[in-house]
Amino acid sequence: MAFQILLNFFLAFVWMFLSVSFTAQSFLIGFILGLLVIFAFRRFFSSRFYLLRVGAVVSLLFLFIKELIMANISVLKVVLRPKLDFKPGIFALPTELKTDWEITLLANLITLTPGTLVVDVSFDNKILYIHAIDIEDVNESIDEIKNSFEKAIMEVSR
Amino acid sequence: MSVIISWIIALLLLIGAFLSLVATFGVIRLPDIYTRNHAASKGATLGIMAILIGTFLYFYQEHGHFNSNLILAIVFIFVTAPVAGHLIARAAYNSGVGLSENSVRDDLKGKEEYEKQNSSI
Repeated sequence: MAFQILLNFFLAFVWMFLSVSFTAQSFLIGFILGLLVIFAFRRFFSSRFYLLRVGAVVSLLFLFIKELIMANISVLKVVLRPKLDFKPGIFALPTELKTDWEITLLANLITLTPGTLVVDVSFDNKILYIHAIDIEDVNESIDEIKNSFEKAIMEVSR
Repeated sequence: MSVIISWIIALLLLIGAFLSLVATFGVIRLPDIYTRNHAASKGATLGIMAILIGTFLYFYQEHGHFNSNLILAIVFIFVTAPVAGHLIARAAYNSGVGLSENSVRDDLKGKEEYEKQNSSI
């Protein structure tokens, strides 16, 4: 991924030197042309075409913002309820993600999800301990959300 | 157009102030540290972000001043607030602060056993 971006910059500079105009416009034109070249030669790279990954990162960002707003609405509902009759608790969530940054990202996403807060991560990075504010009605729906988060993060790291 | 942006700015500032207020109510009303952490880490994050976006839009519209520091501040808060919430909850649990009485499950109690079983392999 990093190699493809570096190659794209290099091709843009080559375009600037070829057309002897050192402006931002010619850099941009060279960058787009280099993108086309990399797309044409994508089967020679070991990883996939890097714009797909950029798109996955952008969609993950939007997921982040959406979850933050949903979480605030749910906290609003819990706090302003006249009777505090929810059932909090800590549950364990097994995760399939391997590397440290993926797990950090997942933990941050979970913390900003409605009604959940990561308390601890097991030593072998296989289990996340999550505090849920209302464990009864959230438990199954949370697992679904987790699957969608894990999928989105795997989409980035693939 | 500028009237609409003024309304958006006012709305953002009011939403931010309201969310911060609700987060404060949550810290006062909720029973234990973990549920309070929910209110503080979520409500305050989005509240401060909305206020900062409103401030950014105000200076951009009224004075034509593009203040990139505010955008950086939004990103920093967005990244660091959940980590802070996690660290506070983890420190509280490890130093023995209990959950509130009406909590129903505590899987973290089995953590040491889990570690003992798996670290020997």
